[in-house]
Amino acid sequence: MAQHVVCRSDEIPVGGSRRVNVAGRDIAIFNVDGTFAAIANRCPHEGASLCKGRIYGLIRSDEPGQYWVERPGELVRCPWHGWEFDIRTGKSYCDPARTRVKSYDVSVTKGSALQEGPYQIEVYEVSLQDNYIVLTL
Amino acid sequence: MDAVLETDHPAASKAGVVDCDIHPAFSKPGELAAFLPERWKAHVRDFGMPTPNVYVGALAYPRLAHGMRRDSYPPAGGPPASDLSFMQEQLLDPLNIEFGILQPLSTGHGTLNLELGAALCQATNDWQIDKWLSKDARLRGSIVVPQEDAAASVREIERRAPDRRFVQISVTPRSLEPLGRKRYWLIYEAAQHHDLPISMHSAAYGARANTGAGWTSFYIEEHFAFSHAAQTNLASMIFEGVFEAFPNLKVILVEGGFAWFAPLIWRMEREWERMQAEVPHLKRRPTDYVRDCVYLTTQPVEEPPVNRHLSDILRWVGTERLLFSTDYPHWDFDHPDHAFKVPLTPQERRAILRDNAVKLFRLA
Repeated sequence: MAQHVVCRSDEIPVGGSRRVNVAGRDIAIFNVDGTFAAIANRCPHEGASLCKGRIYGLIRSDEPGQYWVERPGELVRCPWHGWEFDIRTGKSYCDPARTRVKSYDVSVTKGSALQEGPYQIEVYEVSLQDNYIVLTL
Repeated sequence: MDAVLETDHPAASKAGVVDCDIHPAFSKPGELAAFLPERWKAHVRDFGMPTPNVYVGALAYPRLAHGMRRDSYPPAGGPPASDLSFMQEQLLDPLNIEFGILQPLSTGHGTLNLELGAALCQATNDWQIDKWLSKDARLRGSIVVPQEDAAASVREIERRAPDRRFVQISVTPRSLEPLGRKRYWLIYEAAQHHDLPISMHSAAYGARANTGAGWTSFYIEEHFAFSHAAQTNLASMIFEGVFEAFPNLKVILVEGGFAWFAPLIWRMEREWERMQAEVPHLKRRPTDYVRDCVYLTTQPVEEPPVNRHLSDILRWVGTERLLFSTDYPHWDFDHPDHAFKVPLTPQERRAILRDNAVKLFRLA
């Protein structure tokens, strides 16, 4: 299990996303209400880049003209055909058991702690004061 | 579909792809005006461009993501598919598009003022040359015609036919009369004469309601009804005798689905065996006409719950009459590497993605 520092935590605002390539894998990292989650960036349907999708919630309705949004910010909607995935688990809304994208562990770590390893830092000058997003593969 | 997919992006088809449905857009409203004569510029300014649609300048139904791929808005600004360099970067280069056929969705097909329609079509065709065909050698154009005025349509076809960058003639399926009727035959005669296929692209606009029974309540119904318009017009063209009169005419049904094609023809065959006395002007069977004359584009690809059923459908329809299309930049885009989730022989795949279109349009 290698740990990779991907970016500073303030580089992805709440509700934002960023595409990263870690050890050859195309990964989308999202900031869901202040906590980070990472899933494979490719939609299993036709391969669109999920980090380009709209981040939204579940629209619920029990009759025409009445609707509300649940779990705002927790789902990403594929930019092409609108397939929806739970950002935290990678599971699709329509078929969570079988249609899903790979989910990765991410955490936020202080720059000072990163000096000690076992982290793999490829691109970043790490400063002691800042927080960094660390992805575990 | 059991799909945990984290592999690297596979290379797009090595042999090259012909995309038979790309929708070029204006960068800003009024872009077409530069291609209109003063007389018609003034007319549009003073009187607008009335069509049979109740919604002027708007779609009848709200669409998923405004009908566009959400990632297709050019970084330099403007609507999706209005910027050639971003189209190259997002579509033509990465998907290895060897030829891309433009399908402009022109108002000129359906204005109530036929003279204005003719001017708009001529302007749209000039705009295709100026903004697209002269800028990227991979792109090919569609001759947009004011289809309800067949004589004017023929004049526009004659004007464009010498320019081989135009590879087909575009008509829309929600026409004033079923497209097999005689009022359209001059267009087919010119099409056959110049060896230019007729492309019938499903459309949100037209002279008629979106179904034979009237207007639907929802976009989901309209999207589905595109198939019905294609079926109606195909039957009309067969039984009115268009293909008997113009045996070398080619018709392409664009974005109308294709899974329905085989059962429709089976049914026609059975009816023809019983009822052919009513249509003695048909010298051949329906299946003979479609074999020689009819093609279908693939997007949006059929997605049966059991993937392998798509294999059956592809073979019933015939992989020799299917033409790959992306529908870029619309939301229901198909990717050539992922649209067909079934085993195909390399020959079949290459036929659908490239060779059928190269042969039909004489591209190489």
